[in-house]
Amino acid sequence: MLLIPCPWCGPRNQIEFTYGGDATLKRPPADAPVEAWFEFVYLRDNPCGPHDELWLHSAGCRRWVKVRRDTRTHDILASARPDQALPGGET
Amino acid sequence: MTQPHRLAAGGIVDRSRTLGFSFDGAAYEGHPGDTLASALLANGVHLIGRSFKYHRPRGIVTAGADEPNALVQLAHGARTEPNTRATQQELYHGLVADSQNRWPSLSFDIGALNDVFSPLFPAGFYYKTFMWPPGPRWWLKYEHAIRRAAGLGRAAREPDPDHYQHRFAHCDVLVIGGGPAGLAAAQAAARCGARVMLCDENATFGGSLRGDATLIDGTPAASWVDAGIGDLAANGDVTLLPRTTAFGYYDQNLIGLVERVADHLAEPPPFTPRQRLWHVRAGTVVLASGALERGIAYAGNDRPGTMLAGAAQAYVTCYGVKPGTRAVIFANNDSAYEAAVRLHDAGVSIAAIADARPEAALSGDHPQRARAAGVAILPGTAIVRAHGGLRVAGVDLASLQGGAARRIDCDLVCVSGGWNPAVHLYSQSRGKLRYDDALATFVPDASPQSIVAAGAANGKIDLSAVLANGHDAGLAAAARSGFAARTAQSAPTTAAVSTGPLQALWSVPSRRSAKCFVDWQNDVTVADIALAAREGYRSVEHLKRYTTLGMGTDQGKTANILGLALLAAELGVSIPQVGTTTFRPPYTPVTMGALAGHEVGATLEPTRYSAMHDWHVEHGARMLNAGLWKRPHSYPRPGESEDDAANREAKNVRSNVGAVDVSTLGKIELQGRDVAEFLNRVYINRWDTLAVGRCRYGVMLRDDGMVFDDGTTSRLSTTHYVMTTTTLNAVNVMQHLEYLLQVEWPELEVFATSVTEQWAGAALAGPKARQVLAALVSIDVSNAAFPFLAVGECELIAGGARIPARLFRMSYSGELAYEIHVPVTHGRAMWEAVMAAGEPFGIMPYGTEAMSTLRIEKGHVVIGPEADGRTTADDLGLGKLVSPAKWCIGKPLLARPALTAPERWQLVGLTAIDGTIPRGGKLVADPGQATPTPMLGHVSSWCWSPNLDASIGLALLERGRARHGDTLWAVSPLADARVRVRVGPPCFIDPEGERLRV
Repeated sequence: MLLIPCPWCGPRNQIEFTYGGDATLKRPPADAPVEAWFEFVYLRDNPCGPHDELWLHSAGCRRWVKVRRDTRTHDILASARPDQALPGGET
Repeated sequence: MTQPHRLAAGGIVDRSRTLGFSFDGAAYEGHPGDTLASALLANGVHLIGRSFKYHRPRGIVTAGADEPNALVQLAHGARTEPNTRATQQELYHGLVADSQNRWPSLSFDIGALNDVFSPLFPAGFYYKTFMWPPGPRWWLKYEHAIRRAAGLGRAAREPDPDHYQHRFAHCDVLVIGGGPAGLAAAQAAARCGARVMLCDENATFGGSLRGDATLIDGTPAASWVDAGIGDLAANGDVTLLPRTTAFGYYDQNLIGLVERVADHLAEPPPFTPRQRLWHVRAGTVVLASGALERGIAYAGNDRPGTMLAGAAQAYVTCYGVKPGTRAVIFANNDSAYEAAVRLHDAGVSIAAIADARPEAALSGDHPQRARAAGVAILPGTAIVRAHGGLRVAGVDLASLQGGAARRIDCDLVCVSGGWNPAVHLYSQSRGKLRYDDALATFVPDASPQSIVAAGAANGKIDLSAVLANGHDAGLAAAARSGFAARTAQSAPTTAAVSTGPLQALWSVPSRRSAKCFVDWQNDVTVADIALAAREGYRSVEHLKRYTTLGMGTDQGKTANILGLALLAAELGVSIPQVGTTTFRPPYTPVTMGALAGHEVGATLEPTRYSAMHDWHVEHGARMLNAGLWKRPHSYPRPGESEDDAANREAKNVRSNVGAVDVSTLGKIELQGRDVAEFLNRVYINRWDTLAVGRCRYGVMLRDDGMVFDDGTTSRLSTTHYVMTTTTLNAVNVMQHLEYLLQVEWPELEVFATSVTEQWAGAALAGPKARQVLAALVSIDVSNAAFPFLAVGECELIAGGARIPARLFRMSYSGELAYEIHVPVTHGRAMWEAVMAAGEPFGIMPYGTEAMSTLRIEKGHVVIGPEADGRTTADDLGLGKLVSPAKWCIGKPLLARPALTAPERWQLVGLTAIDGTIPRGGKLVADPGQATPTPMLGHVSSWCWSPNLDASIGLALLERGRARHGDTLWAVSPLADARVRVRVGPPCFIDPEGERLRV
């Protein structure tokens, strides 16, 4: 079970969180072509190594947080509020 | 005489008290402090069970968690437990144990014929033998017979009467193992001020020091342990957990412990769990789990009375039991000589010590002591064969250089092939292991997690080195959490012992047909490993799966290193080149009960009750589950069926008035400057036009364009809205809104708060609803003052009380209807007031079944049956709600060609022409057509309509809106039903919506 550092609550057990998917996706503007929406909704990378993800602290403060997790080792490398950048930019 | 093999003194057993127990129906006695194994040995019982495959008689091999053979069926009835290690089960008065895998009795077992015919059962014989005839049918027949012949104990067939707890804990230093290294580590870390947890799988701390008289810091070891534990117990920052096994090591230093709270008792005392599962987050783990001894494979090395030398020593020093009267020791290292001296001192006659090593290697302190005690030592010698059936009777000894064998009679054989550090948890922490040539085994190297191995688990053999290493590990672990030594600390000391080198020896050559066991539990022999290597199973993982090496309940603790060393020899490569199989949790078996904790039965998940729940039950409601909620299905009267009750309730709504509990709907308060803009983005329809005091139906899509949820949102003031969601989607919608507000559009000023639990709700529906309501609320509810889709805050008069309420004029049933929401504490008072006010008008409560009937009659879709994740708003006939004037979530992808194709399945209504529409029916044009019959659609909802006197349904049908008036067949091959149905529009009653606007 992962130990996830919530930027508001501190380190908390994974059971308090809900996984929210890829944090690096950018929602296209409203007038974007259908191809851009197709990419946003359906296409996902499956990175090997550090990956930025969204998690909802659903059984805690109910804040969405960005978490950088190494998909090979489960190491949690960093976390941040959604409006803040993780150190070193996107991964 | 009882306990003929009990020593007069020594060990941790309390001889002043006697405990009675039975094994295979025979009565025996033991003492507090005994394990079942030590008590059986005290009574001279060595034959404990039959082996898994060959049904060979087996005895007690070890004194701990590594036991492969002494597995028993413990207790009877609901508390019976199979495969209990007799070497770990504490003795209690009245304990009942039975041997396993034998019939008709342990000493005469028909299954032992397997041993005679063993040439027929080589490794992988399943795969070779049961290949014919082809197909799974025959395998199922074979498997049935195999399962009966093989296997160990039997699981309980009754519900578990005990309960189990989970606990979460944090500490700076978790010390796993309370032997010399663990105690030294815990004391060092605690003196630095760190929060320390110390767990040990045994009932008392001390590990190998239990009952031992070796001097540590000038004190006998057992007293040194007691004093150390006393100091730790007095420290408020230290948690001591005896009877607790660390079974798993997980991410970010989470360690799973299972505490056997009451397994040393016949049954748990009241209000006490049987076991407790600890989830411990440790700053640093000190792994002081000790080392597990390994055997040497020779012909007949499984005869009862054959034991690892360290185990024999433990039975003498820790339990005060003589495991035999005349022993032969077989070793390749010095540790067995310490065991020999202890046995000798306890009065066991040592017939000989056969040592694989040459004379020159026998200069260590322990061999010297054995020599001084007058024990015969035979260098360069091995056991080539054991004699005996149900108990070992003698061994043939021969020089490893060859030559004639000579027989020595004995009733105990003690074997030591060296020691393997218990690296299981280190490996689980993703720690790397390193092969140590001197120890001929794998030792901890480096781990990415914060874990320090100490003592025997770290490859230290001599007690003085173990204590020093444990002390250093404790200091290092405390320092990692920022705790430095407060005063100068020195490690506990004891006299150093000089030790000669170990000489690796895995097996003794023997005749090919002789069985030299590597894995005692799964009956894997040296020949099986050679066969696997010959047949191409060259990877250790393949060897494991082909031979089942290490796949028993002991996970090969005594067997694995032996097996992979033999594989390396077969392949002509080094042992580190072969490597180890993966160590996985659990270290020893964990009960399902401990893993489940309290999440069983009624407490598997939370149950949600509306404020009116008790009223429903008191008035005869049949309750059903809706997600976590309990909801009334219907309110059958005496002698009335549930279906008849639901039909009566549905009919009464259309003719008089009914009330239904809608407290379970999701309710979300939305406040802020930008709520209208936010709603425009999440719903398909327009919201900037909604006036204060009005409500509106809305549909939400997922980003892929499919319908996600529906409900209403009401505007209470310019900046205050309240949204309802479906009961089952309340959590998902809230999460969706929070995601959008926090991640996507933080610039919008909208605050979303779930208030589902804070408001109780009732829907009042039927032509007489207004008359009932007029007597109840403080505001004018005439059609002019409070028209369809009006919303207002008011007071509800309930007896003498005035309850603040929100009133909504909206309709799900298609009748004139209102929803009344009140703070949840007033829910029951509101409900009773509604029922009292409605009584003169013939009000009846109605449940979810009548509610469903009313909405099917009205053609309203439900999230799930109709909006099944594959349907668009247009499929459901809601396409005109999609506002062309604005963007919303899911709208861009609605433009995809497949989502606008004319052959899409569309919502229609069905009426049965004859018969009843079958549950889950499929729609076809001609049921007599050859299969596969093209499916045109499926029935999504169906009911008997008491208002139309017909069997009706809703369906998703290919080109459905173009088929109104057609006749199709609804078929269900499962129910063997085929019914002709007429296709029509989904709304059966009042399609113009006049009733709800009156």
